[in-house]
Amino acid sequence: MSNEIELIKDPGLPAHQHRRSDLDEKYAKRAENQVAILFLLSALGTLLLIVSYIFIPDDIFVFIPVMGETNVHQLLLGLGMAAALFFIGAGLIHWAKNLMPDEEVIAERHEFRSPDEDRAEFVKTVKAGAGAAALGRRPLIKRTLGLALGLSGLTPILLLRDLGPLPGDELTKTSWKKGVRLVTDPGDRPIKASDLEVGAVAQTLPELPAGEDHRSLNDIAKDAVLLIRLRPEDFNLDDERLSWTHEGIIAFSKICSHMGCAVALYEQQTKHLLCPCHQSTFDVTRAAKVIFGPAARPLPQLAITVDEEGYLIAQAPFNEPVGPSFWERSS
Amino acid sequence: MKRLSRLRRHRAAGPILLVFALLTIGTTFQVAGAVTETAPSVADRSAIIEEGKQLFLKGCSSCHGLNAEGGTVAPSLIGVGAASVDFQVGTGRMPMADMSQQAMRKDPVYTPEEVNALAIYVASLAPGPEVPTDEMLNYERDGSVAEGGELFRTNCAMCHNFAAQGGALTQGKYAPTLMGVEPKHIYEAMVTGPQSMPVFSDKTLTAEEKLSIIKWIKSVEAEPQLGGAALGRVGPVTEGLLAWTLGIGLLIGVAVWLAMKAR
Amino acid sequence: MTARERIAGNVAGYVDDRTGAAKWMKKNLTKVFPDHWSFLLGEICLYSFIILLASGTFLTFWFDPSMKEVVYDGSYEPLKGLEMSAAYASTLDISFEVRGGLLMRQIHHWAALIFMVGIVVHLLRVYFTGAFRKPREFNWIIGVGLLTLGIVEGFLGYSLPDDLLSGTGIRIAEAIIQALPVVGSYLAYFAFGGAFPGEAFIPRIYTVHVLLLPGIFLALITVHLMLVWYQKHTQFPGPGRTEKNVVGYPLMPVYMAKAGGFFFIVFGVTAFLGAVASINPIWLYGPYTPGQVSAGSQPDWYMGWLDGLVRMAPPLETHAFGYTISWNILIPGLILPGIMFTLLALYPFIESWASGDKREHHLLDRPRNAPNRTAIGAMALTFTLVALLNGGNDIIATAFHLTINQMMWFSRIAIVVLPPIAFIVTKRICLSLQRADRELVLHGRETGRLVRLPHGEFVEVHEPISPEKAWTLTSHEQLAPLELPEYDGAGVRRAGAIKNKIRNRISRANAVAVPKATESERRELEGHH
Repeated sequence: MSNEIELIKDPGLPAHQHRRSDLDEKYAKRAENQVAILFLLSALGTLLLIVSYIFIPDDIFVFIPVMGETNVHQLLLGLGMAAALFFIGAGLIHWAKNLMPDEEVIAERHEFRSPDEDRAEFVKTVKAGAGAAALGRRPLIKRTLGLALGLSGLTPILLLRDLGPLPGDELTKTSWKKGVRLVTDPGDRPIKASDLEVGAVAQTLPELPAGEDHRSLNDIAKDAVLLIRLRPEDFNLDDERLSWTHEGIIAFSKICSHMGCAVALYEQQTKHLLCPCHQSTFDVTRAAKVIFGPAARPLPQLAITVDEEGYLIAQAPFNEPVGPSFWERSS
Repeated sequence: MKRLSRLRRHRAAGPILLVFALLTIGTTFQVAGAVTETAPSVADRSAIIEEGKQLFLKGCSSCHGLNAEGGTVAPSLIGVGAASVDFQVGTGRMPMADMSQQAMRKDPVYTPEEVNALAIYVASLAPGPEVPTDEMLNYERDGSVAEGGELFRTNCAMCHNFAAQGGALTQGKYAPTLMGVEPKHIYEAMVTGPQSMPVFSDKTLTAEEKLSIIKWIKSVEAEPQLGGAALGRVGPVTEGLLAWTLGIGLLIGVAVWLAMKAR
Repeated sequence: MTARERIAGNVAGYVDDRTGAAKWMKKNLTKVFPDHWSFLLGEICLYSFIILLASGTFLTFWFDPSMKEVVYDGSYEPLKGLEMSAAYASTLDISFEVRGGLLMRQIHHWAALIFMVGIVVHLLRVYFTGAFRKPREFNWIIGVGLLTLGIVEGFLGYSLPDDLLSGTGIRIAEAIIQALPVVGSYLAYFAFGGAFPGEAFIPRIYTVHVLLLPGIFLALITVHLMLVWYQKHTQFPGPGRTEKNVVGYPLMPVYMAKAGGFFFIVFGVTAFLGAVASINPIWLYGPYTPGQVSAGSQPDWYMGWLDGLVRMAPPLETHAFGYTISWNILIPGLILPGIMFTLLALYPFIESWASGDKREHHLLDRPRNAPNRTAIGAMALTFTLVALLNGGNDIIATAFHLTINQMMWFSRIAIVVLPPIAFIVTKRICLSLQRADRELVLHGRETGRLVRLPHGEFVEVHEPISPEKAWTLTSHEQLAPLELPEYDGAGVRRAGAIKNKIRNRISRANAVAVPKATESERRELEGHH
């Protein structure tokens, strides 16, 4: 036995197998007819599209299994278009497969690498060019050019400055102030403590100042507050936080401390609040402490009390910024 | 006698008897129904309370206590009101089949009359939310669908999903789909806050607003497929699934056909 | 010569006189393309892109990219009279007032999903067959760039209608920008023209969505295709196929008809989906306002893995010296994706560094013959899949009666534990498949026919496989591991010894293989019979 290991050899491209349509005109004719039928189906599809566009009103519905009551106009328009396109494709492919030559062709690849002398020539040209520009000998030019280019790169950044104002302390502020009433969202009705039963929630916003009748989304994005009423004995709060509640009613910012979704899935029995976006779970009885999920901070609590008419009002603004964290946030 | 027994063996005897029996039962119920519809006098009411109490003792007291004072596994029902009982029993959630995470909607165990009796009995223990009357539930007349949608999205969508299809809560609890739920039960749920659901007080969500919400839910329920199969109306997850199965599947199928040598 | 041929000749002559195109065309019309279904996956992306351009242009005729508040007065009753942005209202109008508008919207969105699915399966094909190796590294990087841009472009498109779902998505994007250390709140204010949501964002991303990114796409796709054209397509190993040739069909007419036909197929299938399956029913979501949210708020699938990572992140935040760093946002939202995409882009270079293989490759690997690469791919895929599943954990939980808490904990553990397991299992499967190939070449195919030998023993008849098949199964190279010097002649550690040691290690792991069958072994076995 020799030590030379012999590998299995390449038998080469197998001999071409003729198709039935190559050998027998009958099959070729059949393929031709099939292609024609496919193209005709496409034409029918376009007809269907035209008919449904012009003649089928868009308020007719028909029950179709799996889909349910379906809009006929939309469905036939789409199916017509789908058929029109699909069958052109199917016809072309069927044609190519059965009637166009199917003999495999071998093409040679060329090497990408340039010949060594070309590469050497290239390097020489570049060097000569650089030498002619004399960058190496005149460092002053090189450095000042670098400076100029670098500085000019600042232009677009500078021009983009007016995309928006600077945040200032806006992120830390909301419309809540001492004495502002909590009103229902939507509806703008002030709320009395007695309006809420134990286990009740209310979506609220700060009352609009007199003379204003419109709230911007920017305001809602920071002002939305959720009111929840529990039995006072259910709370597990320190004295300060307890003093922020009123007869078992506690108020939290509805804007998630994680990424700003509206946290309002209140589970009455477990007294947990859940954010539907990333499933952070907050315990209402412990001042919205995070008990599950990615949020790292409790929801900010709004101190509330009642005014002389008995309506719920804010005792003070939020004592921390609402919504997601940002760099300048101090806690 | 011989003739009777022959008739009894007649081929049509079975079906005829069945029709007869059904007619009898139907008429009885109609009569019975007519009875409850008339305003119950004090004597009737106490009779109904008594009936409700008996039903309660038989079907509910083992968990909720002999006087509905609650037990280790079930809450007190004193003060929950008729609406709560009508919702819980009328939707089949109570009696609970098993002590799972959450009572599910299923075919009610009790007839509407029995539910009514139970509700009146529980309401007699202490006042609570009443069962809304048909007049109170005329959402077609009193509700506004667009306003209802806005209210739904603010107050309900976070749990029940944007198209009232239901959604997940913590620890396996869930907000059920609202498709196919009777308006009365939707209303009662908002007033009483069953299970995980909070209460939506009449002052913060007025009766009219509640009807608007119901009107919107019913409009979504009746809404046909405007753009084709709804894919569960749960958003991008099922859409992505379809793109990864039917969409790319069809295309790869065609690609395989395209690259296959013709015979 | 017929009249028609004369006209064609004249036209061709006219063009060639001015451009000299005939020489180039003559060469390229007969260009050879190898045929394999998996080589069409990239075409799915290209055609989806064209569909996106066409349907997107249609949509721009009616879409009003403005966040100005309007009162809806269209034909969709449940939203009548509500305040909403002009963007949302005009999307409703496209859906309900423009005939075929809803169909076009749905085609546009389905095409976007298919575009991204196509990119991912194309990427997987290229990865698992080793098509990214020299000389195709540039195209790999362009591909990774297209994938990244596709995610961004898709997200922007999803955001444009300003419905409740997409608004929630923008809210989250804003939170990610805002979480950047030092510059976050400034960048957020610049992007949104002030506080969230403002009135500037949608008009701005509209320009990016319909002009800037499609332009970049067009440029990158052009370069991508030119490189494929110039470098010629790779091919699977087989009889007659070598590193020096390409076996397939000529562009004219076969490939042109097939590729052209496939464009219509992709468009047809997308239109079919647009006809039968609803996508992004924005009228049900309602207009965006920050005080509302829907249960099960998810991004489109190509962002789902990102959302899944964010969901499973631990609740970590650092507060120090009056500043805040939100690791719970930065790690899953920026750092991890950054690492993932960087590794993805650099993979060709990492592999060639580890294997020391700097040669050109035009023959593809069968995934089993590169066990390490295949196992790494399976590992990355498992990681992404766990993240993607967690991105839909609430929907999965309700559909299969699980809890979101279980799903979340499963994902948190699985994302660390499952990828290594996937690596080990995949590698073993690859080696087993290599062993099976070896058996097949040496002993032939099991026919299922039993024969009783004279002395009573039953044996199954094995049929030798064809020489073509035997060649296909054994034509791959089995490289020996690198043996880079760690010590110099005097037995002293060389500079760079540690680097060499690592490379040797990886290269040894890369080279683990079942020796492929050889002709010598076959002959020897025959001698025994």
